[in-house]
Amino acid sequence: MQSSIEKTQSMIDHLAEVNRILEKNGRQEARLIPILQEIQEVYKYLSRDMIAYVADALGVPASRVYGVATFYAHFSLTPKGKHVFRLCDGTACHVKKSHGILNALYSKLELFGDKNTSDDLLFTVETVSCLGACGLAPVMVVDGEVHGQATPELACQLVDQLRAAEKAN
Amino acid sequence: MSDSNNTLFVNGREVEIAGERNLLELIRKTGITIPTFCYRSKLSIYGACRLCLVQVEGKGIMASCSTRPEPGMRIETDNKQLHALRKINIELLLANHHRECPSCERSANCTLQDLARQLGVTEVRFKQREKVSPIDDSSPSLVRDPNKCVLCGDCVRVCSEVQTVGALDFAGRGANARVVPAFDQNLNQVECVNCGQCAAVCPTGAIVPKSDRDKVWAAIHDPSKKVVVQIAPAVRVALGERFGFEPGDNVDRRMVGALRLMGFDQIYDTCYAADMTIFEEGTELLERIQNHGALPMFTSCCPGWVKFVETFYPEFLPQVSSTRSPQQIFGAVARKTLPAALNVKPEDLVVVSIMPCTAKKFEAQLPKFRHDGRPDVDYVLTTIEAAQMLESMGINLKKVKPEDFDVPFGMATGGGVIFGATGGVMEAALRFAAEKISGKPLEDVNFSSVRGLAPRKEAVVVVDGKKLRLAIVHGLGNARALLEDLKSGRVEYDFIEVMACPGGCVAGGGQPISNDDEFRTKRADGLYRDDKAREFQKPQENTEVARCYAENLGGAPGSHEAHEWLHTRYVNREQLFNAKLPIMRGSGEVELSICVSCSTRSGSEQGKALIGAISDFLVQQNLNDRVELLAAFTPDPAKDGEATLGTLTFAAGTPVATVLEACQQELNEK
Repeated sequence: MQSSIEKTQSMIDHLAEVNRILEKNGRQEARLIPILQEIQEVYKYLSRDMIAYVADALGVPASRVYGVATFYAHFSLTPKGKHVFRLCDGTACHVKKSHGILNALYSKLELFGDKNTSDDLLFTVETVSCLGACGLAPVMVVDGEVHGQATPELACQLVDQLRAAEKAN
Repeated sequence: MSDSNNTLFVNGREVEIAGERNLLELIRKTGITIPTFCYRSKLSIYGACRLCLVQVEGKGIMASCSTRPEPGMRIETDNKQLHALRKINIELLLANHHRECPSCERSANCTLQDLARQLGVTEVRFKQREKVSPIDDSSPSLVRDPNKCVLCGDCVRVCSEVQTVGALDFAGRGANARVVPAFDQNLNQVECVNCGQCAAVCPTGAIVPKSDRDKVWAAIHDPSKKVVVQIAPAVRVALGERFGFEPGDNVDRRMVGALRLMGFDQIYDTCYAADMTIFEEGTELLERIQNHGALPMFTSCCPGWVKFVETFYPEFLPQVSSTRSPQQIFGAVARKTLPAALNVKPEDLVVVSIMPCTAKKFEAQLPKFRHDGRPDVDYVLTTIEAAQMLESMGINLKKVKPEDFDVPFGMATGGGVIFGATGGVMEAALRFAAEKISGKPLEDVNFSSVRGLAPRKEAVVVVDGKKLRLAIVHGLGNARALLEDLKSGRVEYDFIEVMACPGGCVAGGGQPISNDDEFRTKRADGLYRDDKAREFQKPQENTEVARCYAENLGGAPGSHEAHEWLHTRYVNREQLFNAKLPIMRGSGEVELSICVSCSTRSGSEQGKALIGAISDFLVQQNLNDRVELLAAFTPDPAKDGEATLGTLTFAAGTPVATVLEACQQELNEK
């Protein structure tokens, strides 16, 4: 009995933060995008249960919430790694061989095709259309920190550093 | 026309603005059909297809569907540039389209095909898209082929705006945009109620009713099978449209002749079963009124409505009449009586229905409508499928000699016939109930206040000093509004008729495609004319139904046998769509699925406690290998502790012992 109750309680605890976000936004359908943004900030991605729960709470069909969540590139429906590499692939960065960096990260982290999160859930690699820092091309943002004139070597070095730091913890 | 403050010019001709909401409607008034995929008068304006383009002087090229008429506007509906734009739009759509026209269900009845022809698109200069999406044929009622979708969004809007179901929506963006159920699931996994209104508005073959024609042909061609068919009321006033008859022309007797030609052994009328439905449902209503049962009572003829209430308003399930729909009553009576009457082995009797409806296909395959491992109704054909089968045999309905239905299930009263129009079930029930309550013959059988296309019809009928408060809604959006009004106490009724499709069955998802109220009215008028012309108009005058009760169903409506054969139970489907967590799942085959709702509001303990109690019980009784136990999470504290066991539902607050006892009992039965 105890284990079943605990399991249920842990899911309720897990959803408590969603409840807080829903309350904060007045459970308004019009606030759907900010609600999803805040949920993603907390949980790193939008799980299917989370979308179903939000739809239920707002009284809108799950198909609509799913539609919004899949429309914006910002929302992720698959779990993301702890550290996110955002690589600019705008015109300037592209010309400055941003693809070399992407390929280096993909082979180092054993990623391919749509799979852009490493198996240990430590790293996710994404491309974005333009970071608005074309003067520094090619540009890469790692966990919010901007690296200008990035190189494949720098990218791999950062991966090693972050891995080492994780191990040390 | 001299008042220049209220006119504009279409192709140089002055036209009066008479309150039209947009240029498209105004231009259509002048006799010019502006092409469009995504404009529907009953739906919100979307402006996606870019075919309704017109040139407005001083403003340029605009979508006429989303431009308001203004006095003095000068509009051109066609010129070189507009022509080229429309043509290229069609070409681009065709490049993205699975162009297998001759083998498409909608061939010769397709807006895309029509427009391509009208605009003179004879070649597509663009390369065909290579990506092929899987076809979703998971639903018993509908088939989705995303490769034929033009993204007009008509299905999305009819589903959410008219039906308030929202089973479909757009997902993705740009080249990845697609119309899908939530999480890219299949239709049978989501809230879809199978009403088929999406198929009725789809301008291409991207959503079509699922076809069961081949299975029916196979049964007809099998000499060992006796194939009987029932024809629903609404079919007779629409089938003729495919053969040059006017909407509303009653072709019932011609259809009987045609179906005999096709090789059906016995041809019966669902209106007979509709009469029987009234015997049961009317009796049930009177019982509830007398014994202060759950009121208002809702009709249960419409499987789209039944799934809607099971999914979105399970709290109203006790108020839904437990009487089966006419299709399933027919099926049950056929299985019970026909093997003996026709001298055929039960396994050789094949029961087919012709219905105006896609949800009937879903209904017929439900496990609860089976006897001895056989479905009561084997196959359901839509009106369109019946027409296609006739066409494939080269039968022209206009040249077929009218014939009579077979006895005994060919006898029907006008009350059964009007089931096909919104308000019809109510009117038939009133003809029955008024006489039963007063004990006197009913002189005027016409209750005209319940007819017509108003979104919600209300009436108060006084019989013998007793007031009956009635409401009729059609279209699930109207049904939802009514349920919300009932919940908040704004309205009170005794008896409510609900039909899922706007207009009732005459405009069902399986009917020849037409989407305006003119068709709905004409078809309904055809049924009311038939009603008037009949010798008997009150269901209780159907002597064959009375005989069937006497011989096979315990003598009278409401008897033990009638309950066993003619009634049903409903399922709470709500929790299926919540966030869920598996708590326990045995390694064996799952015989019983248990789901308990848990409120996530702090301080809600009931759901959790019930899950604990059930899991303990299952382990103690060594039953845990045979069940799965799920927790469904809801933000609604009122649902904390609601439990479903297979098809049984227990409201929040039911004593734990009761639920555990039911667990044991359900598993003992398996």
